[in-house]
Amino acid sequence: MSIYLPIAELPVNLLLILGLGVAVGFISGMFGIGGGFLMTPLLILVGIPPAVAVANVPTHMAASSMSGALTYWRRKLVDFGLGLVLLSGGLLGTAIGVWVFSILLRLGQLDLVVGLSYVILLGIVGGIMLTESVRAIVRAHQGESPVVRRPGTHAWFHGLPLKLRFRQSRIYVSAIPITVIGFLIGFFGAIMGIGGGFLLIPALIYLMRVPTTVSVGTSLFLTLCTMIIAIVLHAAENGTVDVVLAIALMIGGVIGAQFGARAGQAIRAERLRLLLGLLVIAVAVRFAVNLVVPPEEMFTILSADHLQ
Amino acid sequence: MTARGRKFMLFVPAAAIFLLLAAPLAAERLVMSVSTHRVLITSNFTGTEVVVFGSIEDEDGVPPRASYDVAITVRGPAQTYIARRKARVLGIWVNAESRQFIDVPSYLAVMTSRPPAELGPPDFLRRNKIGIVNQTFQQRIGGDFGDVVPQDPFRVAFLRVRMNEGLFYESPAGVTFLTPRLFRATVPIPGIAPTGTYQVEALLLSGGEVIARETTAIEVLKTGFEELLASAAREYGLLYGLATALLALGTGIAANFMFRRD
Repeated sequence: MSIYLPIAELPVNLLLILGLGVAVGFISGMFGIGGGFLMTPLLILVGIPPAVAVANVPTHMAASSMSGALTYWRRKLVDFGLGLVLLSGGLLGTAIGVWVFSILLRLGQLDLVVGLSYVILLGIVGGIMLTESVRAIVRAHQGESPVVRRPGTHAWFHGLPLKLRFRQSRIYVSAIPITVIGFLIGFFGAIMGIGGGFLLIPALIYLMRVPTTVSVGTSLFLTLCTMIIAIVLHAAENGTVDVVLAIALMIGGVIGAQFGARAGQAIRAERLRLLLGLLVIAVAVRFAVNLVVPPEEMFTILSADHLQ
Repeated sequence: MTARGRKFMLFVPAAAIFLLLAAPLAAERLVMSVSTHRVLITSNFTGTEVVVFGSIEDEDGVPPRASYDVAITVRGPAQTYIARRKARVLGIWVNAESRQFIDVPSYLAVMTSRPPAELGPPDFLRRNKIGIVNQTFQQRIGGDFGDVVPQDPFRVAFLRVRMNEGLFYESPAGVTFLTPRLFRATVPIPGIAPTGTYQVEALLLSGGEVIARETTAIEVLKTGFEELLASAAREYGLLYGLATALLALGTGIAANFMFRRD
């Protein structure tokens, strides 16, 4: 069943796009992430031009993070203060990221930088998740109690000025490291076509010591804000947002997310982190293979219209 | 001799030469039509076919020739492309060299009644642009503009990639004769075909020369809902973006309430 995308100007298989939406939605609901790091490469894999994929994945992520954020908000698990400080850095990061994106596109090195970013960032995050969750599983297996959060621990950034108290997150910390985290998430999000939840959640939990549930809720709120901005920017600047593609992705995504959330609650937290770690590593390996294996076609042709 | 007389003296041989050259052109006429002049893109568009019909008409008193050949070329709207070649740097494949193809057809189809090589010598084919290889692909090389030799790796790759995408098409037996004077050809328009005006050119060949030429055009355009969305995205980008963002929020809220369990 084919449908013509009026902005992207190509026909796609509607069931394939809905299916991708459901599958990625399931995973994002299960792990509480946006799923952009899966959706963008998958869309490119099924033949959507990268510029169109990067511009349309935000619609899918805005819908699913809206749905998720509402649930966390009702349970009072969204720290709006923390979210807004993150957003202030995120906006600057996104703006600079979009600018770098267009420069790389003109130089013809976008694929390389995106590929390397995926390999390095996903490799590191996936590796940490994997080792951490394996350790937790082994500990649980041996009947040891998990390591408790030590409230007295101080990292170097706790000495920085501009300290703010975030009640919901139960932290009292300088705004500087939070803004920097927001900036990095926004920057890589714009270049890689991702929301960055899988980067932000570990950063909030392990670096900022924010409780896990509040980290997920706040990450959903931040993803929602940045994705809304991304949609409007892409539509106004590049005209690459295809509402037909967006609707197919969104509907598949929100349905998949509901089933994913139920499946996620049935699995123990450390097992869930292990699965997510494996998934993230798998995507990193896929990109690494792409960079190393000699390509079948040595030449790429790109319309110069996309470069203006 | 007056100035007018001198002009006349020059005019006579010029006219004679012109008539001599023009004589074979006046021998036959090509009449051509297409099954549709407008290819309309609707929501279920996945590509289509346009049929080109033509007939060879005699001018009075000209003896018919033994055989005819027809070459039909369809050229989509001109666009500029960048071709890049990958090279291995530190173990990974990166885009290295690049070339720009200036104002080349975004779509190209060449249908002939026989393989182009049988229709005439290489320089004749090149001059009359018969066959995909013999089209002009202008490149910017440093500060200069020009086409390169057919064996140029970038030119070869450009044709190969566009053919694999279905945007360049060549059919050496694509023109079939229904009668000795009546021919038809099928032009495949793929789903990813760019919108715009497609020029259709037919050449009538006989005895290694072009004896008649005829052109027409096909318009590929979006209609109704598709055109409405595309023009909204083009002209009111900001509003269109805000509307899409609201749609995403609405979908999220609807899904949350629909599946709410607490």
